[in-house]
Amino acid sequence: MTRVRNFHAAQWDEPLILELGSPGERGYIPPAVESGIQDVVGPAEELVPAAMRRQAPPQLPEISQPGVLRHYLRLSQMTMGCHITPDASLGTCTMKYSPQINEHLARSPQMSDLHPLQDDETTQGMLEIIYGLEQMLCEISGMSAFTFQPAGGSQAIFANACIIRAYHEDRGEGDLRDEIISTAFSHPIDCAAPAVAGFKVITLMPGPHGYPELDALKAAISPRTAGLMMTNPEDTGIFNPYVEEFTRLVHEAGGLCAYDQANANGILGITRARENGFDLCQFNLHKTFSVPHGSTGGSCGAGGCTEELAKYLPSPKVEFDGERYYWDYDRPDSIGKIRSFHGNLQAVLRSYAWILAHGSEGLRQVAETAVLNNNYLQQLIQQIPGVSIGYDAPGRRLQEVRYSWEPLLEETGVSSEDVRRRMVDFGLQGYFTSHHPMLIPEPFTLEPSESWSRSDLEEYGRVLGHIDSEARDDPEFVQSSPHRASITRIHEDALDTPEQWAMTWRGWKRKYGDVATPNA
Amino acid sequence: MNDQPGTHPYIPNSAPASRQAMLDAVGVKSVDELFEAIPASLKLGRPLNLPDPILSERDLKRTLEAILSRNTPATSVISFLGGGCWPHDIPAVCDEINSRAEFLTAYGGDTYADLGKHQAIFEFQSMIGELVGMEMVSAPVYDWSAAMTSALMMAARITGRRKTLITGTLPGDRRSNIDLTAGEWIDPEYLAFDQATGLMNLDDLRQKIKDDVASVYVEVPSYLGGIESDVAQIAEIAHAAGALLVVGVDAISLGVLAAPADYGADIVVGEGQALGVHMMYSGGLFGFIASRDEPRFVAEYPYLMVSIAPTRNGEGWGFGWSSMERTSYDLRENAPDYTGTTQWLWGITAAVYLSLLGPVGMREVGEGILQRSAYAMCRLGELPGVQAPVFDRAHFKEFVVNFDATGKTVAEINQALRARDIFGGHDLSRDFPQLGQSALYCVTEAHSKADIDQLVSTLEEVLA
Amino acid sequence: METGVAAIDAARPRVGLIVNPIAGMGGRVGLKGTDGPDAVERARSLEAVPVSGERAAIALATLGEKATGGVDIVTAPGELGAFVAQRAGFEPIVVGNESEIAGTSHDTIAYARAIGDAGVDLLLFAGGDGTARNIHDAIGVEIPALGIPTGVKMHSSVFGTNPRAAGELAARFVEMSSGPCRESEVMDIDEDAFREGRVSARLFGYLRVPYQRSLVQGLKSGSTGNELSVLNGIATAIGQWMTDDALWILGPGTTTRHIATVLGLPKTLLGVDLYRNRTVVSQDANEQEILRQLDATPARLVVTPIGGQGYLFGRGNQQLSPAVLRRIGLSNIIVVATPGKLAGLDGASLLVDTGDAALDAELRGYVRVIVNQRQESMQRVT
Repeated sequence: MTRVRNFHAAQWDEPLILELGSPGERGYIPPAVESGIQDVVGPAEELVPAAMRRQAPPQLPEISQPGVLRHYLRLSQMTMGCHITPDASLGTCTMKYSPQINEHLARSPQMSDLHPLQDDETTQGMLEIIYGLEQMLCEISGMSAFTFQPAGGSQAIFANACIIRAYHEDRGEGDLRDEIISTAFSHPIDCAAPAVAGFKVITLMPGPHGYPELDALKAAISPRTAGLMMTNPEDTGIFNPYVEEFTRLVHEAGGLCAYDQANANGILGITRARENGFDLCQFNLHKTFSVPHGSTGGSCGAGGCTEELAKYLPSPKVEFDGERYYWDYDRPDSIGKIRSFHGNLQAVLRSYAWILAHGSEGLRQVAETAVLNNNYLQQLIQQIPGVSIGYDAPGRRLQEVRYSWEPLLEETGVSSEDVRRRMVDFGLQGYFTSHHPMLIPEPFTLEPSESWSRSDLEEYGRVLGHIDSEARDDPEFVQSSPHRASITRIHEDALDTPEQWAMTWRGWKRKYGDVATPNA
Repeated sequence: MNDQPGTHPYIPNSAPASRQAMLDAVGVKSVDELFEAIPASLKLGRPLNLPDPILSERDLKRTLEAILSRNTPATSVISFLGGGCWPHDIPAVCDEINSRAEFLTAYGGDTYADLGKHQAIFEFQSMIGELVGMEMVSAPVYDWSAAMTSALMMAARITGRRKTLITGTLPGDRRSNIDLTAGEWIDPEYLAFDQATGLMNLDDLRQKIKDDVASVYVEVPSYLGGIESDVAQIAEIAHAAGALLVVGVDAISLGVLAAPADYGADIVVGEGQALGVHMMYSGGLFGFIASRDEPRFVAEYPYLMVSIAPTRNGEGWGFGWSSMERTSYDLRENAPDYTGTTQWLWGITAAVYLSLLGPVGMREVGEGILQRSAYAMCRLGELPGVQAPVFDRAHFKEFVVNFDATGKTVAEINQALRARDIFGGHDLSRDFPQLGQSALYCVTEAHSKADIDQLVSTLEEVLA
Repeated sequence: METGVAAIDAARPRVGLIVNPIAGMGGRVGLKGTDGPDAVERARSLEAVPVSGERAAIALATLGEKATGGVDIVTAPGELGAFVAQRAGFEPIVVGNESEIAGTSHDTIAYARAIGDAGVDLLLFAGGDGTARNIHDAIGVEIPALGIPTGVKMHSSVFGTNPRAAGELAARFVEMSSGPCRESEVMDIDEDAFREGRVSARLFGYLRVPYQRSLVQGLKSGSTGNELSVLNGIATAIGQWMTDDALWILGPGTTTRHIATVLGLPKTLLGVDLYRNRTVVSQDANEQEILRQLDATPARLVVTPIGGQGYLFGRGNQQLSPAVLRRIGLSNIIVVATPGKLAGLDGASLLVDTGDAALDAELRGYVRVIVNQRQESMQRVT
């Protein structure tokens, strides 16, 4: 295909489920209570103290089973998952293929119907998988131990901040070492997590090459330094070549170094946390290791660390005594619980299977192809006249690039947000702009993982080029987009205005009158 | 294995011709040139030591199935394990919707590309709002623990106070989560619970509450299954001291238990796994936070929230993330709490579940749980040496069974039950040593009368 | 866009407009500003083209396009505003008449006052630093104002980043029926000195400028993250430090003034004030006075970058001379700034121009900037 796709999204004009159905309809009948039980315990109402009985029933929909199924199938058709469209759009998110076979395995009763408090003898299979993935990630990162309790990257990074806190407290330096150093192009959580853990946070701003200069770090390091928490490559796709110096200097000052490996897809098998000098790291299994993102979880932030720090990992942790696997709850130095029970282990199973399907060569193929795809896409994108790329970085970008539409905005008035909406008209996911702070104007961040073909990338580039031309011919048309999506442009300000926002149907009814939503 | 990796089925551009054409286009001779930004000293320079790849899907499936076969699903036996992750009946439509590739593989796409995802989450928020009686509901959060800790921190920021009075029946997991996450921001103090009723000791509450208390946290039902008889009183005591009342709930109870807003809750948190999500070894957990729609509350929510908004042409509506400047995504080091990828797929699933059940189904499922658990308490209490329930009050779904008088430990009993294909209740002797050899039993609508009767007769045999 | 005679709707927002028609003329012919009749004459003789009106029209057209609820323009006659408004498709309300125009900077001041008196929600002005000074003289901080950048000298931080951005910001401001504002510096330099290659910028005062980064009024009550809570955080950080008996020196600016206010101390906005043991030693001190107070006891200096270009020293705080800075000692300099201020800097770094090249060299490198109670940012100084 050499033209842009003549796409139109499903436009079901679907009301809220709360407005569907009719009184008396129902979609499910709970199992009836046997008369033998009724006879013994009497009516249910009397089993609840009067003050605690529900008075009015909740205003939930009354709708049949086919009605519910149809409604949510329609909603699914108006959702652009990365199995539907080659999602190079969500930079920093590593959208990739999640093999169907892993989905089948994760949904088997042998995984999905396990209770977290079952005796270890009845979960040896899952424990073996958890232990096995730990060993694999240790090899991939050079770390010595992993926890899978954190339910996402943020929780894992928060756990790492807590481990740094515990480490210094144990050494009697908890009060002295109260500063964490991070960088402006690391994910916001690398600053937020230590702040919530009670640290003061010092942010290094990027130097002319896009990464912070060594002098900035030197000026930030002091006896108060507790640690360094950073991403590399940063969200710009630029690899900080001085990272070894960074970690060395922080170590010399007595701090620990935590590596946010959310951007690991381009360095699998190429370089590892250990050789980079880190004491702690985390992988987002939904990014690098193919766990489906689930519309925003649940997934897993796998947190790794050196042998010295392993005792601090959240509790319990899977161990192996040579014959059987077991949950070890006897961990007196552990930072404790970040999530109830064990975490999203259905994600662990999927990543285990995914790594098994690749092996060492395969993982390297993943990294190489992801970086090659990114460089190929960059080649296409930088030919678009309205696009610029900030920073004179040495070497090539790795798995992603943060671009800028600043020239387009200046020449046409069409912004990055405008282009993002218009993309949807061509069947592409709207791209990710940037995390805060928005140091690059009119940003957009593309990450074409290994899952997308050359022709996918060419189509992607063609669409952005086409929108650039449209912006020059008819900026208003791009600004008023989308035109072929499931809905037209909304009043974005209403999302942020207390008098206009509504997070629930009852909130909507109060603010907009007791009337149905416009589509009902 | 060949030395040269072949074309991988998951990686389109691993086909040699495509790879070469792209290398040429990019202007490099070998792929190694693309990694020149990484100093040579940092490169691994050897293959990773990993198991050989299993490229055949059949082989991969057999390998994994062999490992998984060493698990015993709780559904293949009769299980009475609960304690925050519960066995409920899962309507097939729930599994169908959450395995749709569109929902399963979407992520942070926003308003236009992902209308359906946002609408489903808005519907989730709306239906949770109906259950708890609140207008403001977050998108799904990590789990009950995280929701609770965040809410207690919110209350501290809203009131400008630190001290937090917490129900004495809080389980160890949740206590640990508070210490870990909120240790810098709140001062938790645990209230006594009445040894006879298992409910909050109101005298202790009255004694401890002062004008330095940010919030009082109570759970309905409690971790030990008890239904507080009158939370409105607790609300009054809290409010009189200028503190907020934070209530934790098991969402599936709200077809039969009062909406927390009706008895004075200011912030409601809870667990939603019971609403159509498999236990998944605890991977099915997800939480939520709800409150009144007041800016002073909303400003303190650390999590993502989906708002509805009218379209500009006036002919419809859409959805988007509301007030992102509250969250750690925008605030970075200014953030008072953090968020990230949480558990949205389960929120969508819960929306499906609540739609299927509707008001009548939610009442019926709640009644079924009340009656079945009451029946189990009744029958177990008839066994010699067994005290069930330990607390002489109303329960929902879970209750404490004491075995002290049998002369056997819970561990011994459970081992014997397991040999007879029954998973006994969770051993409480570690988290609640004051309860002696006690176990927390969980009975839901998924249990039949026959299941309960079998437990009773097997226990009789085991204890004999 | 409306056509025909615009109905004046009392409920509709009113935006004032004043254009300095000669601003920016100098830049393209190599003059550094057009303040003073001689400079204008020289600019005209060099065939400078008026660019101010053209750029102002872009801003106004953007305003008309984005302010979907409609907006009325109140402006000065002829090339001081009316022409531009008409070019952008408005039927403006004009105050005064063309015969009163004197052709000097007094026009800007007089018409800005007249437009203010006519009642506007926001005053847009097109020009450079000189124009901003005139607007400051005319309306102070009474009426929100926003600059459309058309001048050569742009040290002040009261301008939109470009004309279109100024129009959008103005539209958002009126759409929200007067959105959030903050006080931003009006800076100007001595043009004669500037033309001779010497730079000597002064801080003249502040205008109340619409603020884009916090669009959500309702969340002002949030306990973290908004501008006020950030300022309070910085003040708390300094307050925790200000327990010694050193001489504390607070440089000019709203950030340092806020620190003093939180600590219960008086503070001049534009001056350098001195304190010891949390009592005032001297206010609006000049270089000599500061040097006199800098006796043997240690001193700490709290400064915040000034203006859109982010000068730490050498613009707007010349009292802090090389001699003063050396006596204080560079390790005793504490830099504070809100993240919003840092993000809004023209370049990525802070600037120093003390007039002492050796001192400037010592000041360069990286400096810790306190950006909140428990947060710092490493900022490059060049």
